[in-house]
Amino acid sequence: MTGEAAGEPTGMLAIGEHKFTSRLVIGTGGAASLDVLERALTASGTELTTVAMRRADLGSGSGVLDLLRRLGIAVLPNTAGCRTAAEAVLTAQLAREALGTDLIKLEVHADDRTLLPDPIETVDAAQQLADEGFTVLAYTNDDPVTALRLEEAGCAAVMPLGSPIGTGLGIRNPHNIELIVARAGVPVILDAGIGTASDATLAMELGCDAVLLSTAVTRAQDPERMAAAMRAGVTAGRLAREAGRIPQRFWAQASSPPR
Amino acid sequence: MSIQVNGEARELPEDNTITGVLAALDVPEQGVAVAVDGVVVRRAEWQSTVVGDGAQVEILTAVQGG
Repeated sequence: MTGEAAGEPTGMLAIGEHKFTSRLVIGTGGAASLDVLERALTASGTELTTVAMRRADLGSGSGVLDLLRRLGIAVLPNTAGCRTAAEAVLTAQLAREALGTDLIKLEVHADDRTLLPDPIETVDAAQQLADEGFTVLAYTNDDPVTALRLEEAGCAAVMPLGSPIGTGLGIRNPHNIELIVARAGVPVILDAGIGTASDATLAMELGCDAVLLSTAVTRAQDPERMAAAMRAGVTAGRLAREAGRIPQRFWAQASSPPR
Repeated sequence: MSIQVNGEARELPEDNTITGVLAALDVPEQGVAVAVDGVVVRRAEWQSTVVGDGAQVEILTAVQGG
């Protein structure tokens, strides 16, 4: 730990050319008001926050963009709502024009009921967007093979789900997340399914580089307080990962010396 | 001329550029993207791109989400 405080995680999150100290990415969906969102974002310490692209309400500005600019938070546009690679590529191109960023959170949903990612369309879109110079963060199933394919397609980060979007069911297959982490050459960001702070901690303990969540904070009874909890949870998990946990044992092992 | 903007019919002067359309609709240029007939038009080309009669114009911006 030379030169680093023992209570601070080391290193930065590097996604392509973009670097962040915070390892918590927040989604802005579901917040009751911009005021509530602002307090939650501030409490979370996030430096990167998602927005969706939709038809402009002619005659009014974008409140969420103004807010992110004022807070100095980088904007991560997503392709939520897209069902095909073609739709996702068009949405990404529009986002780049509107927001002046090469970052794109690629998500292609298979259906409305599960909102699970469509791996075939996602890999196709990832390839096209990487070729066009985008820094692609791809939302994917907790499938180690798809994660590798996305990396090969040129993604700058892979974002496996813990469980379906908005369910708060946590990480249903921790071993798959560990397998993804073990083979990934790009950052792994646990995306979707986080319900509470211990889920975010587990993601980081499993070796994820960051956590992305929205509903768990924006729809909590006290979003600002939950955002602070998530910040602490991510930090705790990262520190534990760096510290190296003890192996699990079946039988007790005395921690006092024998008589 | 008559064009569709975000799915709604609009009457605008002839030979309008994208810059002109945005101004006529009082849409701020910052933070928006424009597609004409399903193709994204780069910001640098807004002043030189003429929107023809019957064009389908989509104007998008960032909203809370994800």
